[in-house]
Amino acid sequence: MKWFLLRRLGGALFVLLALSIVVYAAFYVAPGNVAQIACGPRCSPAQVAQVSGQLHLGDPLYMQYAHFLQGLFVGRDYSTGTGVLHCQAPCLGLSYQSDQQVTELILAKLPATASLAVGAFVLWMLLGVGTGLLSVWRRGRLTERILTGITLAGMATPVFVIGLLLIIILVTALQILPFPDYVPLTENPEQWAWNLLLPWISLALVSAAPYARMTRASMLETLAEDHVRTFRAYGVSERALVGRHALRGALAPVIALGALDIGSMFGGAVLTESLFGIPGVGRELVDAVKHVDLPVVVGLVLVTGFFVVLANAVADILQAMADRRVVLA
Amino acid sequence: MAEALLAEEAGAVKAPASGAHPFWRRLRARRAALVAAVVVALLVLIALAAPLLAGIEGQDPTTYHPDLVDSATGGVPLGSFGGISAEHWLGVEPLTGRDLFARVVHGARVSLGVALAATLLQVIIGVGVGLVAGLGNRFVDQALSRVTDVVVALPVMVIALGALAVVPTGFPRPVLIAVIIGLVGWSGISKIVRAQTLALKSLDHVSAARLSGWGSWQIAKRELLPALAAPVITYAVLLFPADIVVEAALSFLGVGIKPPTPSWGQMLSDADTWYQAAPTYLLIPALLLFVTVLALTVLGEGVRTALDPRAESRLRIGTGRKKEADA
Amino acid sequence: MSLVEVSDLSISFGDVRAVEKLSFSLEAGGALGVVGESGSGKSASAYALLGLHRGTGARVDGSIRVAGVDVTAADDAELRALRGAKAAMVFQDPLSSLDPYYAVGDQIAQVYRVHNRASRRLARARAVEVLDRVGIPDAVRRSRSRPHEFSGGMRQRALIAMALACEPQLLIADEPTTALDVTVQAQILDLLHNLRRETGMGLLLVTHDVGVAAESVDEVLVMQSGRAVERGPVGEVLVAPREPYTQTLLAAVPRIPARPAASDEKPAADRGEVSVNGEELVGTEPLVEAVDVRQVFGRGKSTLAAVDGVSLTVRRGETLGIVGESGSGKTTLGRMLVGLLEPTSGRLTRRARVQMVFQDPVSSLNPRRSIGESVADPLRASGERDEAVIRARVRDLLKRVGLDPEQYDRYPHEFSGGQRQRVGIARALAAEPELIVCDEAVSALDVTTQAQVTALLAQLQRELGLALVFIAHDLAVVRQVSDRVAVMRRGRIVEEGEVDQVYGDPRDPYTKQLLAAVPALDPVLAAVRRAARKELAAA
Repeated sequence: MKWFLLRRLGGALFVLLALSIVVYAAFYVAPGNVAQIACGPRCSPAQVAQVSGQLHLGDPLYMQYAHFLQGLFVGRDYSTGTGVLHCQAPCLGLSYQSDQQVTELILAKLPATASLAVGAFVLWMLLGVGTGLLSVWRRGRLTERILTGITLAGMATPVFVIGLLLIIILVTALQILPFPDYVPLTENPEQWAWNLLLPWISLALVSAAPYARMTRASMLETLAEDHVRTFRAYGVSERALVGRHALRGALAPVIALGALDIGSMFGGAVLTESLFGIPGVGRELVDAVKHVDLPVVVGLVLVTGFFVVLANAVADILQAMADRRVVLA
Repeated sequence: MAEALLAEEAGAVKAPASGAHPFWRRLRARRAALVAAVVVALLVLIALAAPLLAGIEGQDPTTYHPDLVDSATGGVPLGSFGGISAEHWLGVEPLTGRDLFARVVHGARVSLGVALAATLLQVIIGVGVGLVAGLGNRFVDQALSRVTDVVVALPVMVIALGALAVVPTGFPRPVLIAVIIGLVGWSGISKIVRAQTLALKSLDHVSAARLSGWGSWQIAKRELLPALAAPVITYAVLLFPADIVVEAALSFLGVGIKPPTPSWGQMLSDADTWYQAAPTYLLIPALLLFVTVLALTVLGEGVRTALDPRAESRLRIGTGRKKEADA
Repeated sequence: MSLVEVSDLSISFGDVRAVEKLSFSLEAGGALGVVGESGSGKSASAYALLGLHRGTGARVDGSIRVAGVDVTAADDAELRALRGAKAAMVFQDPLSSLDPYYAVGDQIAQVYRVHNRASRRLARARAVEVLDRVGIPDAVRRSRSRPHEFSGGMRQRALIAMALACEPQLLIADEPTTALDVTVQAQILDLLHNLRRETGMGLLLVTHDVGVAAESVDEVLVMQSGRAVERGPVGEVLVAPREPYTQTLLAAVPRIPARPAASDEKPAADRGEVSVNGEELVGTEPLVEAVDVRQVFGRGKSTLAAVDGVSLTVRRGETLGIVGESGSGKTTLGRMLVGLLEPTSGRLTRRARVQMVFQDPVSSLNPRRSIGESVADPLRASGERDEAVIRARVRDLLKRVGLDPEQYDRYPHEFSGGQRQRVGIARALAAEPELIVCDEAVSALDVTTQAQVTALLAQLQRELGLALVFIAHDLAVVRQVSDRVAVMRRGRIVEEGEVDQVYGDPRDPYTKQLLAAVPALDPVLAAVRRAARKELAAA
C-alpha cells in the first residue's frame, strides 16, 4: 500500500510537470509578442521593454521555465517598477491582465466551481444510481425500456443544449427559476442553492446517464456471479441477495467513476460555467485562454491536472478497497 | 447460471453458423438500431448533398439578407418563427439574415466531417499506441502509459487555443479542429487496445504462432489485429458522437469553427444571445445535434451488442463521456 | 420415505434436452455418486434438486421430492426453507462461490440466521463451531478472514462448513474437488467421508472422476447424454460393469497400479526396436539439456521463482513425464524448454526442433482461421509459398492425426475438444519437430477422449521417432505414457527416475504423499489408501 501510494505520487508529479511544459511550449511557440500582450495594446515600445524585463521574457525559454518552477516550489520576487512584490510558494506567477497573483485568483474562483460540482454530483449520483437500480428491479418490463430510452437520450444531449433548453423553458417561458446569479454560500445559503439549482439540474441530467447504465450492467453482472448463486442455493431471499451480496460489488465501479468525474469537475465545468455565467475556474480558463494570459492558463491547467490525477488515484484506491481481490502493487 | 449449464450440457460442438454472418443477423434483430441506422444514413446524405439541397431551396449559406431582419430591434428576423417562408425554409439568421436551412445542411457537413476525421485519427493513434504498449517491454509500456496520462489531463480547449495561435489564419479551421480533437482524445482506445493486447498475448494460439516462427509484426498482423477489430469498432462507433459533441462544445466556446463557416456548435454559440428573441435559431441546431448524437449512440449500442452479445459491461467505460470534462 | 425421489425428470434449455426421463432415489443417510462426462446432464440434475432452475428459462418436467418437499410444486418460501436447511449444496469453484466482500464466518452466520431464529452472536458462534468441525485451524480467528485469504482447500472446507451450519439431511456436492490439487482433493474427500459417518446425512456427489466416486459413495449412477445408463452398488458397477458405455468409460480411465492394457499401443519396454532409417536412436542423443535453469517472475519484494534450479535432459525418442500440483512450476519449465520463455539464469541447450501442444483446446487455435490454415502456419512461416504443396502437406497431417482432410476449411468452433487437440498436434507436427512438449495436453478432455488422444501421441511417437515431454497434474496419465518421470514441487524436481521405480518405490516423502492421494477405482483399495493417508498424515 505504501509503495502504491508513493508510485502514484511520483506518477502524478511527472504528469503535472509534463503538462506545464506542454502548455508552456504551446504558448511560447505562438507568434506574437508576449510582452506586448502582457503590457496591453496601448503600451509604448519602452513600456513593453520594461515589462519584458520585469517578467524575464527576454530570457531563454528554459530559464523562464526554471523561474516558473522556482516560484512554484520556493516562491519568487517580482519587481513592479516601484518596489518588489513577493509571491509565496506555490507561486504560479502574476496574471498579465490584472497583475493579480494567479494562486490567489484561482483560489478565489474555486468556491463557485466546488459549489457547482458538489451539488450536481449529489444530484446525478442519486438520479443515475436510482434509475439503474430501478431498471434492474423492473427488468424485462416496459419500465426498463422507457428508462433505457431516457438514459440514452440523456447521453446524447450536450450540456449546453440541455442548459439552453432549460433556460428557455424554466426561466424565459415559465419563469419558475431565476437566471443563475452566483451568490457565495457564506453570504446567503438559500440564494446560493436557489441560483445554482438550474446549473445543477442541467449537469445532473446529462451526467446521470452513464451512471444509470453502469449501475444496471454492473448489477446484472454481479447477480449472475457464482457467489450470488451460492446464497440463493442456501435459501437467502432475492431481496437480501440484491441488498447484501450484489449491491456492494456492483456499486464499487460506479463509485470509482463518480470519483473520476467529480475530480475533473473540480477542474472547472467549462461549458456549464460559461453558459450560466458562474464565476468559477472553468470560465476563468476560457477568459484566460482568449486573452492569452499565460500564467493563468498554466496555473489553471495545473490545478485541473492536479484534480484529475488525484481523482484517478482516489478511484483506484476506492475500487481496491471495495474489492480486496485487487492487490495494490 | 443457465448459460454456463447450457454450455456444459450442450457439449463442445456448436452448430456451424449458417446463412448471413451472425453480426448482421444480430444487428438486424434490434429494431432501435435499425431505425438509428436509417437516421444516420439520412444525415450523412444531407451532409453529402448540402450544396445540392441548398441549391434546390435556392439559397446559399453565406449571403446576407439585411432586408429580412428588423434593424430596429437589433436584427430580429422579420416574420413569424424566425422568418420561415417559401424562400427560406427554416427562416434566417438574426442580425445577418443568412439562410438557416442552407447553414444547417452545410453545418451538418462540417460537424459530421470534423467528427469523422477526428475519430479516424483517434483510432489510428490509439490502436498504434495501445498495440506498441501491449507488445513492448516494460519500459516502453510504462513510458507510453505516462504519455497517455498526460494526454488525459490535457484540456482540449487549451490545446485548441494554443494551436489556433500557432497555425496561420489561412489554414482551414475544420481540419485544424479535427486534428486537435484527434490528438487529444485517443487515450480511451489506446487503453482498450493495450488491455486486449495483453490478454491476447497470453493466449495459446499466439504462443503457437511464435513457435511457428513468425516475428512480432507478423504476429500482430495475423493474430492480434483481427481480434482487436471488434472492440475497436465498438469503441469508435461510440467515439464518433462524442467527437461531434466536442466539436460543438469548442465552437460553442468560441475556440472552434468560426463564422462564416457554419457548424451546429457555432450556430448554437451565436444563438446563445438570441434565444429570447429568435428561439428557432437555437432550437434547430440543438434538435439536429440531439437527433444525430442519439441516433449514433443507439447505433453504437446495437453494433456493440451485435459484435459481442455478452459484453454488456466490458466496455462500459467507453460510453461517450466527453461532455464536460474534456471541453 | 426416501430422502430424495426423482422420477421422470426432464430438463431442457431452449432446444437442448439436457436431461431425459431420469429417475432415481436416495435413502436417508445413503451416498449416491452421479458419474458422467461433460454434457451428460449430471450437474443440471443436481441443480434441479434445489429448484435452482427456477427463473432461468430452463424447462423442468417430472417430479422431484427432497426431504419431503415437492420441489416442482413448492412455492418460493417453501423452496427457500428447503435450501440450505434440509438440503445444502457445495459447488465446484470455492473461490467464486463465496462472497469476496464478507468474512467467511459472517457468511456462514448469515445462512444460519436465514433458517434459525438466533442472535448474531449465537450465529457467529455456530459459524466458528462448524469451521472448526471441518478442520480449519484457529477457527475463531480465521472466521474473520475473507475468502481470498484462504487457500483453495481451506475455501472448500469453509463452503462445506456453510453446508453443515443448519445440519441438513442431504449434502449435494457438485464436482467439489475438481478445482483442487490431488493431495487437497484427498483431504476433502476424507473430510466428506468422516462427516457423513458422524452426522448420518445423505450425500449426492456429482463428479466426472470415477475415482472420486469410488472413494466416497455407496452407490453410483452413470449418466450419458442426459440419460441414466447404469446404477448399482459402487463395488459392482465400477468393478464389473454390465453396460457397454460404463465398460468403455472405465477402460479409458488411466490407472496407476499396473501398466494398463493400452500399453501395447506404445513402445514401452521394447523401445530398442524404435528406429528411423535403420538407425537406432532411442535414449542416446540428448535433444534438450537444461542445467540449473531458473525462472523468476516479478521484481523487488514480490519475486517468485517459478522454476528454481532445474536440471534435466530429454533424449531422442523417449518420453519424459513431468508431474506436479498447481504452482509447482511445471508449465513454466515446459515453456522454457520450447523457448517461449528465456530462463532467468542457468543454461538451456536445444539441439533439435521443438514444438508444443497446449492445454486449452479453445484458446490454442485462432478462432478466426480455418483449422487447415492453423496447421499450415508453420509451413508459411518457414517461407513455403506453393499453395499446392502446403495444402497437400496439411491434408496429409490432418489424416495422420485422425481428422478428415476434407475439413481443411472448417473453423475451430465446429470441432469438439478432442478434435481441436488433434489439430494442435497436427500443427506441431507441421514444423517437423524432433521433440514435442505436451503441456497438460489432455487434461481438459473427458476420459474417453483423453485415452484416444494419448494413444494418438504414442502412435505418432512410434512412427516418427519423436521425443515427448509430457507435463500433467494427473499422475495416472503420466504413468501411462512416460518412460521416465520427474516430480516437481515448488519449482524444483524432488524426484526423477524410471516410471516403475518412481511409482513403485517412491523415495521422496512428497512423491509418497502424492501417490497416496490418487483416488482408487476399486472401493476396497480406496479404503486401504484412506488408511494409508491417515498414517502418512500422522507420521
